[in-house]
Amino acid sequence: MSKTSKIDDTIDMLNQEISEATSDEEYCQFLTFYMDNEEYGIDILSVQEIRGWEAATAIPNAPGYVKGVLNLRGTVVPIVDLRLRFGMNQAEYSALTVVIVVNVHAENGVKVMGIVVDAVSDVHSFALSDIQSSPELADNRNTSFVTGLGNINDKMVILLDINAMLTAQDDADFSSLRSRSDD
Amino acid sequence: MSIDLSQFHQVFFEESYEGLDIMESALLNLDPANVDAETINQIFRAAHSIKGGSGTFGFSQVAEFTHVVETLLDQIRGGERELTANFVELFLEAVDCIRRMMNQLEAKEPCDIPEAATIRKNFEDILAGKDTGGGSPSPATIADEAKADAAPSGWKIYFKPGEDIMRTGNDPLRMFRELASHGPLTVSVVVDDLPSISGIDPEKSYLRWNLELLANVDKSAVDEAFEWVVDESEIVIEPLGGAEQAIAATEAVSPAQPATPVQPAAQPESAKPAVADLPAQTNTQTTAPAVTPAVVSAEKASAPPATESKSAKVDKSKVEVSSIRVGIDKVDSLINMVGELVITQSMLGELGRDFTMDKLPKLLEGLDQLSQNTRELQESVMRIRMLPISFTFSRFPRLVHDLSRTMGKKIELKMIGENTELDKTVMERIGDPLVHLVRNSLDHGIEKPEDRIKAGKPETGVITLNAYHQGGNIIIKVQDDGAGLNRDRIREKAIANRLIAETDKLADEQIYDLIFRPGFSTAEKITDISGRGVGMDVVRRNIQELNGSVEVESDPGVGSSFTIRLPLTLAILDGQLVRVGEHVYILPLISIVESLQSFKGMIHRVAGGCDVLRLRNEYVPIIRLWKIFNIEPEYRDLDDALLVVVEGDNMKVAILVDDLLAQQQVVIKSLEENYRRVEGVSGATILGDGTVSLILDISGLIKLAGVRRDEYKRVKNDSGRAA
Repeated sequence: MSKTSKIDDTIDMLNQEISEATSDEEYCQFLTFYMDNEEYGIDILSVQEIRGWEAATAIPNAPGYVKGVLNLRGTVVPIVDLRLRFGMNQAEYSALTVVIVVNVHAENGVKVMGIVVDAVSDVHSFALSDIQSSPELADNRNTSFVTGLGNINDKMVILLDINAMLTAQDDADFSSLRSRSDD
Repeated sequence: MSIDLSQFHQVFFEESYEGLDIMESALLNLDPANVDAETINQIFRAAHSIKGGSGTFGFSQVAEFTHVVETLLDQIRGGERELTANFVELFLEAVDCIRRMMNQLEAKEPCDIPEAATIRKNFEDILAGKDTGGGSPSPATIADEAKADAAPSGWKIYFKPGEDIMRTGNDPLRMFRELASHGPLTVSVVVDDLPSISGIDPEKSYLRWNLELLANVDKSAVDEAFEWVVDESEIVIEPLGGAEQAIAATEAVSPAQPATPVQPAAQPESAKPAVADLPAQTNTQTTAPAVTPAVVSAEKASAPPATESKSAKVDKSKVEVSSIRVGIDKVDSLINMVGELVITQSMLGELGRDFTMDKLPKLLEGLDQLSQNTRELQESVMRIRMLPISFTFSRFPRLVHDLSRTMGKKIELKMIGENTELDKTVMERIGDPLVHLVRNSLDHGIEKPEDRIKAGKPETGVITLNAYHQGGNIIIKVQDDGAGLNRDRIREKAIANRLIAETDKLADEQIYDLIFRPGFSTAEKITDISGRGVGMDVVRRNIQELNGSVEVESDPGVGSSFTIRLPLTLAILDGQLVRVGEHVYILPLISIVESLQSFKGMIHRVAGGCDVLRLRNEYVPIIRLWKIFNIEPEYRDLDDALLVVVEGDNMKVAILVDDLLAQQQVVIKSLEENYRRVEGVSGATILGDGTVSLILDISGLIKLAGVRRDEYKRVKNDSGRAA
């Protein structure tokens, strides 16, 4: 119980920071979170809010990483499990599991989506000059979502391009593996 | 059939006032020096709608008056005439006149505007070509003339207006603006005649001007600017000393000028910049020292910059969403309900402050009241938005009746699905497109009785209006059994209007699609019913603004059919909740034929095909929801299963579900908005407990299950043989 409330406090605090977030030409603020013991960051200006995980309504025949849709104050929001999106093993959803609600700029306007991550960490500012470009790994499709690598106290943070990640048409990788079971 | 049209008068007046406002603001934004085709189109459409509406409701004075206005607008739009400041004035007068007519009609007074006749006369004179004041030849001809005459490079003008010039509504500024449209204009004012301040009559003009126009134009073009004041003013026009480079410059540039009015299709969708820009623009043109003509004209040729049109577009869309018309009584009843809700809330609050168990019955009673208040409130809010489409349909019988009589055609109007509910905002904006489509069917579609008899068809033509829900859409069909679209004539016309090149090879559908392009019309002669080519472009635009689509199908000699497809995004649906495994889905109640518990013997397995349910003397294919959705069900056995028989895409299917839950009204939310289209699902909704539930799309399910129509037909034939 105490652990859960601590999470709630963290979420509240981060939501506060998100609402005040700014960016300028030199510095960029990133919301960081954990997945499989690595720390990832996304541009805080694309983050709408953070909420705890709750069960979503499944969408038929959706790719495996789409966990379903949630009701976010009257808006139907699709939820993507980032681990599965990256081809990692699925983690058990726990009290620490959070959904980061992001605004994605797609061709036909802004879409609201949720991403499931292991846990949120913090909000960090990076000087744009400090961000290193990511190493080119030719045969890994996931690296195209990585905009760069940032450093906080010798810790590496992988910075993601949330737009590219969530708008990419990448169903085939998963849906082709799911064959329809016959009765 | 008699329908009381007077109930729609108010709507018509409101729409017309809106249209007049649009015309007015567009006219005011219009710069004669730099005519924006889209703005002209906008004014034209507004006038066209007012004309159409007043025709429908039998306000013939307004209709006739507007027809004249519209004809002139059409000529300007088509590039046959150049817009001058005088025209703008005249149009504004006409707008005022129409507005006064509307006021009188609304007050149920006889329509009697003395100026109407004068204004109409003015328009008719212009149209008849008597008035050179407005009726200048097309820009192309000007350029030719200018070249041929090698006129001097400019004009020196002395202009002393009569004292009463302002009273007659002539503004020198407008004249100068018009002059400035020909080229750089230097204006200097002579104030010698000004009396002392105590002697000034503010309504009189005491000023004189010396003007220098650096433009290679005909004297007539200059005369034109002063056309309206020539009688009361002193005007001297002299050629300016020649500078040859100016001639060369004009020659180089003038062929580019006609591009603006002639090609409306190529224009970016844009409204004119704000009014405030106008004086500023003119000022720089008049006061700035004369720049070389080449530079100015070149700027003008590339006039509508992309950025400007973009910002204007944003403004426009903002305005669009701002208003919905609701009767004051409905608002009052809402306020009453909110009042009751507040009372209930305070009562419950009171109760909660010092609650003891003996107050339980009172609490329950209060909660009951609360739920009733909420339901009533919800219903009346919904009622504001949702109306049966008969609201729109019911204005058509009169329209068809009147028009078929004036055209000497025999036409029967059939209306189907009048109770299909439609969001009010959608309905308001679908009315005009529908009027256009019906008018088109009447005018172009249905043939004259004698032609019909010759073609071996019944004398009376039939126009069918059909509305129904399909999947996540509302479909409205306007169908006629007339001659169909004339493929070759559309093609010819499109080539003549340079919409396509002569060498273009187009499929039939592509050719039919051309009728939706702006400025397209195949009518041999312009009637006041349709045939100006405005209808179809408005139709498509209005429908696309609602995120819908319109398609045309045509069969020569058999008829044509326009299918409007509108999303249900805002619509409400009566839904049946069904459960499969742990998932709850919603079936549109309207598509459900019946629900039944199957027993052995009702189910047949068709070898190599699908399983079918024998329903009386019909065989219905069975769709297993769990199978096509890849989910885990509770029951897989088809014997003793719960089946919901639904109809979609003109065929019946039986859907296997685990359980039937409640029936309720659901608000449709879009899945596409944040996700994408999902096959077999038309949308989502939020249930009472806050969870999201998906609304099933029957025709999508049929597609997903791979039940093909021919297969279904075969089964049906088999059943016929068996029976």
